[in-house]
Amino acid sequence: MLKLALEKANDLFAAIAAEETLYLPIEKSGQIDFYPYETDAKVRLDALHTVKSAKDLFFPQSENLMEFKMQGKTIEIKEPKRAEEDYVIFGVKACDARSFAILDRVFLSDPVDTYYQSRREHGVVVALACSRPEETCFCNVFGIDATEPEGDVVTWIEDGILYWEAKTEKGEALTTKVAALMEESDGAGVESQKTQVQAIMEKLPLRGLDLTRFKKDELMNIFNDQAWEQLSDHCLGCGTCTFVCPTCQCYDIRDYDTGNGIQRYRCWDSCMYRDFTMMAHGNNRKSQVERFRQRFMHKLVYYPNNNEGIFSCVGCGRCVSKCPISMNIAKVIKTLGVKAHE
Amino acid sequence: MREINEMLQNKVKELLDNGTVDRVIGWEAGDFCYDMAPAMFTKDNVDELLYNGFCGANQSKYLISESQKEGKVLTLLKPCDTYSFNQLLKEHRFDREKVYALGIPCAGMLDVEKMKELGITGILGISEEGDTIKVKTLYGEKECKKADVLLERCKVCKGNEHKAYDELLIPAEEAPEVPGGADRFDLVEKLEAMSEAERFDFWRGELSKCIRCNACRNVCPACSCRTCVFDNANSGVAAKANVDSFEENMFHIIRAFHVAGRCTDCGECSRVCPQQIPLHLLNRKFIKDIDEFYGEFQAGEDLETAGPLTAYTQEDCEPGIVMEKGGGM
Amino acid sequence: MNNETLIPKIGVVTEVRVDTPDVKTFRVVAPEGGKVFEHMPGQCAMLSIPGVGEAMFSITSSPTNQEFMEFSIKKCGCLTEWLHQMDLGQQITVRGPYGKPFPVEEELKGKNLLFIAGGIGLAPLRSVINYCRHYRDNYGTIDIIYGSRSMDDLVDYEEIQTEWCKEAGINVHLTIDREQEGWDGHVGFVPNYVKELNPDLSKTVLMCGPPIMIKFTLQGLEELGFKKEQVYTTMELRMKCGFGKCGRCNIGDKYVCKDGPVFRFDELDKLPDEY
Repeated sequence: MLKLALEKANDLFAAIAAEETLYLPIEKSGQIDFYPYETDAKVRLDALHTVKSAKDLFFPQSENLMEFKMQGKTIEIKEPKRAEEDYVIFGVKACDARSFAILDRVFLSDPVDTYYQSRREHGVVVALACSRPEETCFCNVFGIDATEPEGDVVTWIEDGILYWEAKTEKGEALTTKVAALMEESDGAGVESQKTQVQAIMEKLPLRGLDLTRFKKDELMNIFNDQAWEQLSDHCLGCGTCTFVCPTCQCYDIRDYDTGNGIQRYRCWDSCMYRDFTMMAHGNNRKSQVERFRQRFMHKLVYYPNNNEGIFSCVGCGRCVSKCPISMNIAKVIKTLGVKAHE
Repeated sequence: MREINEMLQNKVKELLDNGTVDRVIGWEAGDFCYDMAPAMFTKDNVDELLYNGFCGANQSKYLISESQKEGKVLTLLKPCDTYSFNQLLKEHRFDREKVYALGIPCAGMLDVEKMKELGITGILGISEEGDTIKVKTLYGEKECKKADVLLERCKVCKGNEHKAYDELLIPAEEAPEVPGGADRFDLVEKLEAMSEAERFDFWRGELSKCIRCNACRNVCPACSCRTCVFDNANSGVAAKANVDSFEENMFHIIRAFHVAGRCTDCGECSRVCPQQIPLHLLNRKFIKDIDEFYGEFQAGEDLETAGPLTAYTQEDCEPGIVMEKGGGM
Repeated sequence: MNNETLIPKIGVVTEVRVDTPDVKTFRVVAPEGGKVFEHMPGQCAMLSIPGVGEAMFSITSSPTNQEFMEFSIKKCGCLTEWLHQMDLGQQITVRGPYGKPFPVEEELKGKNLLFIAGGIGLAPLRSVINYCRHYRDNYGTIDIIYGSRSMDDLVDYEEIQTEWCKEAGINVHLTIDREQEGWDGHVGFVPNYVKELNPDLSKTVLMCGPPIMIKFTLQGLEELGFKKEQVYTTMELRMKCGFGKCGRCNIGDKYVCKDGPVFRFDELDKLPDEY
């Protein structure tokens, strides 16, 4: 393990940024999201979360897929550029880091999504352990250890010191480039932080969410549960939960006339939106209760059914803190999960 | 607040029992002490109805869908909610006969986001002691001043008078004192005083954060179109991602235009924005300009006054004056 | 599977057949000639006019046809309206094939087959019918029950009359909803006609048509003693990617584009009724 005084973190960022693009949590106009590092950027490693999750760096909210040139009756397709250069994402928390594994199962399964794949190959994840979980956190419900995130490099910040440990080949390669800035450490600070944070995790109000009912053979029973009506009753049908969610992966493909050709792009979509399933001759999910149910059934039943029981939620708590009507997956789990014991 | 909650419970039970209403839109407790959520109550679960300092959300818009259902619904209106209530009624968006409005007192609502901005995180419990808010957190006891953590709309409170109701929970003369006192146009004036480039930078900074979740639109009581122009695939701007910065800007600016003269300044748009974009400032700019051009007007104040943008009078300013003013925001 | 699966290929429209007042069949070939790609009966393709839209259509032609692919398309929205206005030589984009085909090489082999179609529902079945005709020895009896609103709304009427009806070992039963001048065939709705014909229970059924037809025909078949395990259908839902990632056609733990569009009714019973 290596270490560096936190006050010198900027040197580290500058050194990485000199070689490749470095994304990290930066505050702009009062909110924190992943932005490319600049010398005067307001880096906020102390923040619990970025508003948009780190998935944005692999599966961006919108991206160009290809371009068409239309001339008379002919169409010419212009291949898009994929990510070709390495880049670094610094400060990914354990929950977001786990979301990559969940997205991988979608985008890297056959047929592979090459846009996502090239970013995954070129992106180096420098994870940052949580030092200050909040009441909205429930990653431990999904077996995630906030103090030991998954990443190419894992870092911890404790008592003014940044600890750095490479975990993969990619991480080793990055470490080689910046090791000169750091010194060896026995990582004692890391251990004491882990103990402290784990004690806090035990006190989190949502730690006890019970997932036992969400099993393969319960699909129809959960789907037909009366509680969906009441759970979705006041849902505004906005896309906040979807767009801040690290695991939501639905997308739309649209065309945009640039005046110079047709740009086909994809963008995040939300199953909460009315037009998500709208066809020329009708809509198979007409009401908000159906749309609301789809989102949570997908995370808690459908995705796990297709992925060895792995839930499509990492307990980051973004939906918990951002939903305009305070409805969220934790409430859904509580309400529907309770029937396991009745 | 506890007494008020008890009075409210009793009143609501009475209205349910005597058949005045069939159901109630109110608030129920969430997972934490602050995440009060809208909920429907009937005789069976009315004990779970809760009213406290985190019931800031404006629930008036639910009346549109509620009044399409069978039976009569009870709505609980804080003084500021009555403006949206009136405005919706004025626009014939709900059936007054199917709604019973109970005016409930309010002494200012709290905004947990503001507490988090002050560094108070890991919140487990909150209590009000006079002007001080005491917070129990995962990291020990904290406190802050109530005035510092009020919802934006409470800082510029419209007052403790209900502009519409069938009944008041407590007599008007006993209504609690409200916070407020801040000038709601302070920031607008600041923006007006900026150079165009500064102002453009300010708004680009804010609007470029937009993730197009549409929460602002979906929560807005003035955004009551059955199908929004941004949900029309044929419009070419159908709304999921911002194709370019022009769209980022225009979505919010067009929305502000659409609600101009009808926006009561309830501030829900800014409250629900996951990126905390101060969308209310766009609306306030319109309100300020409308006040200057057509005389002071508060949307939703009553049911009679014609909206300045929908009614022509001889005193209306010439379009040229509006043009000349230009720039502005 | 093509690695660049979102990136389409170019197809050229070389023939347009007017089937009914609102259905046209488009013949599509690769710019260099031949098929844009191979497929199996029941599979689909994403067709697009850049700037107008992209949507999933079943491939109407049989894979045994070596020269071209055909798509029978009903005019019902923005993209289909555009397609209906196309001139010969127009290029479109094509990607696929997508979805699970009818199990023509597995379960259906050696079986007596009953095809039931309504209106444009013949489009996906035509591919299977012509495939089975091509490999005639691999299958038992072939019966086709096809109905539409009127004589004019029968898709591929010419092929049906000149080829299917004349082929030994294929029984074609046509019906239209209401009496019409010049029609001396059966009149009545498909579900009733199926019951009237009382097919024997040895048959495996492949059915496609409007939801209401499917619903009542299935009921009728069950009354006759057919089991859901011997009835196949093919589904249509909004799709964007075509291979189970964009999430749009997700029903239960299945994606219609990838796990369907061909389903057996006993499989559909295990899924939420959201289609």
